Amino acid sequence: MAEFKLRIRRFDPESGQAPYWDEHTVDLEPHRSVLEGILQAKNDTDGSIGIRCSCRGAICGSCGVRINGQPGLACHKHLGDALASSENGVIDVEPMGNMPVIKDLIVDMDAVHWKKVQRVTPWLINKEPIPEREYIVSRESMIDVTQTAACIQCGACVSDCLSMEVDPLFVGPAALAKAYRFIGDPRDAAHQRRLKDLAEDEHGIYTCTHCFKCIDACPKGVAPMNQIMRLRRIAGNDHAIEDRNNGYRHEHAFVKNVERNGLLHEADLLPDSYGGKFHPRAVPELVGSLPAITRALLRRKVTLSKALLHQHKAPPGVKQIYETVEGRDERVELNLYITGRDEDNE
Amino acid sequence: MKVAYWPGCVSRGFTPELHGSMAQVAPLLGIELVELDRANCCGAGVIAEHSQELADTLNARTFALAQQEIGKGADLMMNICSTCQGAQTECQERLDANAEYRAHVNGTLSGEGLSYEQGIVNKNFLWVLVEEIGLDELRSRVKRPLTNLKVGPFYGCYIVRPTDRLGIDADNPRDSYLERVIEALGGTVIDYAGSHKCCGFPIITMNKAASLTQAGRHLSDAMDAEADCLVTPCPLCHLNLDLQQPLAARHTGRALDMPVLHLPQLVGLALGLDPNELGLQRHVVKPTSVIDWSQSVIAGVGAGSGNGW
Repeated sequence: MAEFKLRIRRFDPESGQAPYWDEHTVDLEPHRSVLEGILQAKNDTDGSIGIRCSCRGAICGSCGVRINGQPGLACHKHLGDALASSENGVIDVEPMGNMPVIKDLIVDMDAVHWKKVQRVTPWLINKEPIPEREYIVSRESMIDVTQTAACIQCGACVSDCLSMEVDPLFVGPAALAKAYRFIGDPRDAAHQRRLKDLAEDEHGIYTCTHCFKCIDACPKGVAPMNQIMRLRRIAGNDHAIEDRNNGYRHEHAFVKNVERNGLLHEADLLPDSYGGKFHPRAVPELVGSLPAITRALLRRKVTLSKALLHQHKAPPGVKQIYETVEGRDERVELNLYITGRDEDNE
Repeated sequence: MKVAYWPGCVSRGFTPELHGSMAQVAPLLGIELVELDRANCCGAGVIAEHSQELADTLNARTFALAQQEIGKGADLMMNICSTCQGAQTECQERLDANAEYRAHVNGTLSGEGLSYEQGIVNKNFLWVLVEEIGLDELRSRVKRPLTNLKVGPFYGCYIVRPTDRLGIDADNPRDSYLERVIEALGGTVIDYAGSHKCCGFPIITMNKAASLTQAGRHLSDAMDAEADCLVTPCPLCHLNLDLQQPLAARHTGRALDMPVLHLPQLVGLALGLDPNELGLQRHVVKPTSVIDWSQSVIAGVGAGSGNGW
């Protein structure tokens, strides 16, 4: 047995008191979980500690918390590992972020997480006519959605989403991964409608800032951000959805810019992301950017010739890569979650 | 040491002072830069969003060009952009994991006579400083310690997440290297909420309000923590935190005045270079606090030229 110090963030909104830290010492083997530590403290010293849990085996997704600032399941972290990542030898346990605290380590999943999941129509919309028996689908297409189907709805990715932190209306990583669960499913009849809805939403797929927080947070390898990128890819490339948020235009402008120049020529990227220098949508944006542009010119950060002239042309090798890859009938994608690595497969 | 040097696009576009300061600092650290001038944009995650294979093939091309230099004596490939580091490492992860896929990508590269061999070492300047040069060596080269300069680190998402892909672990705590470098240069590390968060740049054209809120909040947090300046290894973060700072200030409703330095600029200051040589005058937010600091210590070490700021 070994002693571990847990510092638990306590808060009872009904008490009128501010949140505070509460330290407990527990006596457990290092391979036992942080959840077991919390439950020992609750059992032996303070029965009022609020924690939600059920399976204790990383299946039910109930005990999402932050341990030493990192989101995850309390039952999925060994005390020994938590100690190793702690500062000053004390394991900090806090409620998840981006959701209101009900009490201590229990957050209001209904107010945020489940509401957002409902937002993406989280059920299959059958293709008509419904077959008399089961739908026949290819094995590959169902393997593809197993990654998103692995989600246990624990909310760890929602907790630390950096876009949601500044835009609470953002649909968010868990719900968008759930959306891919159906958009990647060949039995679903509403791919186009679902994608258009999420691309046109001002807080939809194009509000993801690509910060990788959700990938690190997820205890199940769902990689929500990767699923959001696939939603963007399918919306723009396969369904030609030109959204009001400039998401598709930005992607298209970037890809074409590098095809022309080999390097990114930023002076073109901004106007092209709005549809081109003279597009009605671009004009107010460019006028709005004038103070920044003027300052950059005054400080000689950018010179006019550099902004207007294309000094760099794509080498033939780059053009040839574009011709080959963009000329394929089907996209080639490698998902390591599905395929694994060579060394693991030997 | 000799490195196959990938400066990226932005360091030669909208943040030319980054590329310039790296060129100034490299010889002082004994780094010979062999520039990969035929290499291409990493795609910054946006090309991968469009087509994973396109991004992987473009980066495999850059890696193959770097490996030609490594074959001629360069020690490794070095970049100066968090976003390049992250986007390239993501592609490398797929290329290295699967021989069949690598052969498929190399098939496309063969038209140019190029081929990528599994396992290139590609490190950001920050990692090179800590892992190749070493903090003791860096410390020994400091001519003008950053005494009393309060510096807030700002990493950029791509260089700190996902942790396993970027090789961040107990042996290589790459998510704390900026703090270590600031300390080695004699500066004071400012701990504030935004150091490992997102600058907002990737969504500036898609959700401007969210993007500027991110930039404004991190800059505000750094101000509240009384930082003199921020330092970042990412030129895209620099665009949102420096170039867009006036807009972020208007959006946040708070006067912001937080200079943001590129990593080679901060290193260069400590190695005794003049702020003007490092291109500090090119920033949108005038780095007054840093200049004041550099002038207050000039007399003490005899470095710098009294540049009339």
